[in-house]
Amino acid sequence: MAANFAALRSKVELALAGRVVAPFNYRDRQEVVTVSSGIPEIDSLTGGLPRGALTEIFGPSCSGRTSLLLAALSARTAQEEACALIDGGDAFDPHSAEAAGVELRKLLWVRCRNVEQTLRATDLLLQGGGFGLVAVDLSDIAPRLVRHVPLDSWFRFRRAVEDTPTILMLLEQESNAKSCASLGLRLQAGAAGWSRMPVEGAADYSRLPGGWLLEGRSARGEVSRSRAQKGSAGYFRGGSAAEPRVASAGIFKTRIDWDFFSLPIAAKRK
Amino acid sequence: MAFAAIHVANFMVQAVLRAEGEVRDRAIALVDGTAPLINVVAANDAAWRAGIQLGMAQTQAQLCGVEIRRRSRALEKAAHAALLDLGWSMSPRVEDHAQDTILADLAGLNSLFGAEEDIAREFARRAAELRLRVHVAVSANLEVAVHAARGFAGITVIPEGEEARYLSGLPVQTLAPSAEALETLERWGIRTCAALGALPVLELSERLGQEGVRLQELARGAHVRALVLAEPAEILEEEMELDDAVEDLEPLAFVLGRLLDQVCTRLAARALSAAAIRVRFDLGDAFEKEEPVRGKNATATAAGVARVETEAATVAKTYEKVLNLPVPMRDSKMLLKLLRLQLQADPPPGAIVKITLGADPARPRTTQHGLFVPNSPDPERLELTVARLAKLVGNTNIGSPELTDTHRPGEFRMNRFFSQMNETKARGKAGKKLASGGDGEPAAGRRTATGCRIFRPRLAARVELREGRPAKIFFRGLYGRVVTASGPWKISGDWWRGDAWQQEEWDLEIQFDGGSAGVAEHMLANMQVIAPVREAKAHMHASLYCVYYDGACRSWFVRGMYD
Repeated sequence: MAANFAALRSKVELALAGRVVAPFNYRDRQEVVTVSSGIPEIDSLTGGLPRGALTEIFGPSCSGRTSLLLAALSARTAQEEACALIDGGDAFDPHSAEAAGVELRKLLWVRCRNVEQTLRATDLLLQGGGFGLVAVDLSDIAPRLVRHVPLDSWFRFRRAVEDTPTILMLLEQESNAKSCASLGLRLQAGAAGWSRMPVEGAADYSRLPGGWLLEGRSARGEVSRSRAQKGSAGYFRGGSAAEPRVASAGIFKTRIDWDFFSLPIAAKRK
Repeated sequence: MAFAAIHVANFMVQAVLRAEGEVRDRAIALVDGTAPLINVVAANDAAWRAGIQLGMAQTQAQLCGVEIRRRSRALEKAAHAALLDLGWSMSPRVEDHAQDTILADLAGLNSLFGAEEDIAREFARRAAELRLRVHVAVSANLEVAVHAARGFAGITVIPEGEEARYLSGLPVQTLAPSAEALETLERWGIRTCAALGALPVLELSERLGQEGVRLQELARGAHVRALVLAEPAEILEEEMELDDAVEDLEPLAFVLGRLLDQVCTRLAARALSAAAIRVRFDLGDAFEKEEPVRGKNATATAAGVARVETEAATVAKTYEKVLNLPVPMRDSKMLLKLLRLQLQADPPPGAIVKITLGADPARPRTTQHGLFVPNSPDPERLELTVARLAKLVGNTNIGSPELTDTHRPGEFRMNRFFSQMNETKARGKAGKKLASGGDGEPAAGRRTATGCRIFRPRLAARVELREGRPAKIFFRGLYGRVVTASGPWKISGDWWRGDAWQQEEWDLEIQFDGGSAGVAEHMLANMQVIAPVREAKAHMHASLYCVYYDGACRSWFVRGMYD
């Protein structure tokens, strides 16, 4: 019996040689290394994004998933890390990304057309390795299609980034990775922030039919799964979508205080 | 000062065998000429033993049971280039003496490779890597080294002052005399260098002229001249002609792999890498097209109808592909994978009869990793990954986005993604951040930027205005009530061009109406990438959209969604 077991063990080890180091050795769970998500409120809620693990961010539209993605990309590229975005719905906006502080030259953007392409591209990128953050954006894919992705795909992704410094971030509408995710974060949209335009010194604006300015909106984040901590909730203030309506092609001139408005849209429309 | 002569014996056969390594030990005879006069021009030892003779007709040679190969000048050219690379791999001063022989200056090589015999062995070893069997001779005299390499097999080291003694036993043919001189010498019974060297100079000069004097100097090892330096080639090329035209790419992979192996070995010999790989396919006759040509040759017939003479107009019969590499590479397996991916994406339009593969040499990539520099993808593996992804999603759908210098909304270009960071800059930045204890932490109190998701292609919408402001909106089968609107933000540009644009943008907070849910659900059920709209309606919370009125086409569109 013992001889058979030893023979079987050596046979398995031989088959896995070069791919798995010591498959029968006990692997102690390593300490999770986390880095900033780029949003202080999320960091205090989750402890940061774990390296070498799958982070799942899900929620309805306008719940701040893209804002969180851009914040994370901005933080990682600021650290000179190469990042990759596998865009399942081809919805990424380079303008708002650059306005959010993402260094675009350090971002590999893969524009996919469907779930199959997205999963295949993720496999290829994770096999290549070396990226600080790999984000898989399935936000624009219908949930019924993402639900059909077999669980072993998420498990394979998790295993691919294990023991690497890569952060694998999955964005979707519903949670699908389940136990394969080390961190699950549910986002919910809050109220939009609007403000009246400043009237002083802006005579032209007073004649405009739409006298409101979009400042942004808030979003609510809730940890649904975490290796480090159990279900807690917190809030973070979503980004300001307001913008100074800078004269584009010389049509408008404004005296609005630029600092009052957020950078992203300002940059988009300057 | 010493020189090494490296000679490839039976060069024509070795050039062919170099490309067909597996037939090296079999009897091979090379034939050349035009039918029906195709004769044997070279053969290996096994073929000689089988009864092959020079000048034998091809049909006779086939009866001897040897394998017949066509002489290939392309392979000879490649073998000669490889021989030169062998010289440059060890010495910067190389002379291109003949197609089968080179000379290398050994000055200064002792400290690197040891004694002259060790240097000669190293030449032979490196030649074997290039699939060439060479004879190496080392001498202080250039011509003596050449003749010794041609006359003696293996490695020969000739001490200074003993040149004449070493050459004495060699036949005079080794000195490559003219046919007339050789005939005269044979009539005199002069067959060895020793006999030629013993002849009186004056009488020899009277009978054979200056050539006789020169031959005698060569035979005595007394002819002195300087090394004529050769210039390294800017592009390393290897060629292979196929016996039969090949249409599929899969069988070609084997040939391409072999050519890449040879090119990479030559690059390694010169301590270089490839900055780009160039492949040229010569396509078969089937690719020739006949096109009618009108013009000068058109003549009027009695019926007044122009006669059109048809000429065989041969369109381009070659197909070229250039594989530009982000960093210099020398890994033949990696290069083969990249080349195959590129050829699969854009295959040659016809059957291939000849392949020419070249490499643009460049200095190898040097990297210095640092403790505090973040990890980044290995450039070579990344290139392969990107090539595979490009095959999956298309070349235009992968890369690094770059904003263009325009105000036109949504304009950007896709650039090639490079993982090679400015290391000095990266190290400096990372070092500073570590020194300050930061890890990309956002500043306290800083607000997060709102992300925007773009609809590609843009979504057409129907908008109802009330007092000049959007009040209701309909798109993708959904009715929405506008809760708050900000705008219009008028933008325009490029009015001096044909594609001028003019838009009025609105930021809208839209509450989707539940009343149209039935129709909308039916419409959306079969659509795939409609999740944002559909799901926004399902959750019945107000969503933020950016819509605009296009002045050029007088229509409303949804640009994107704030998320």
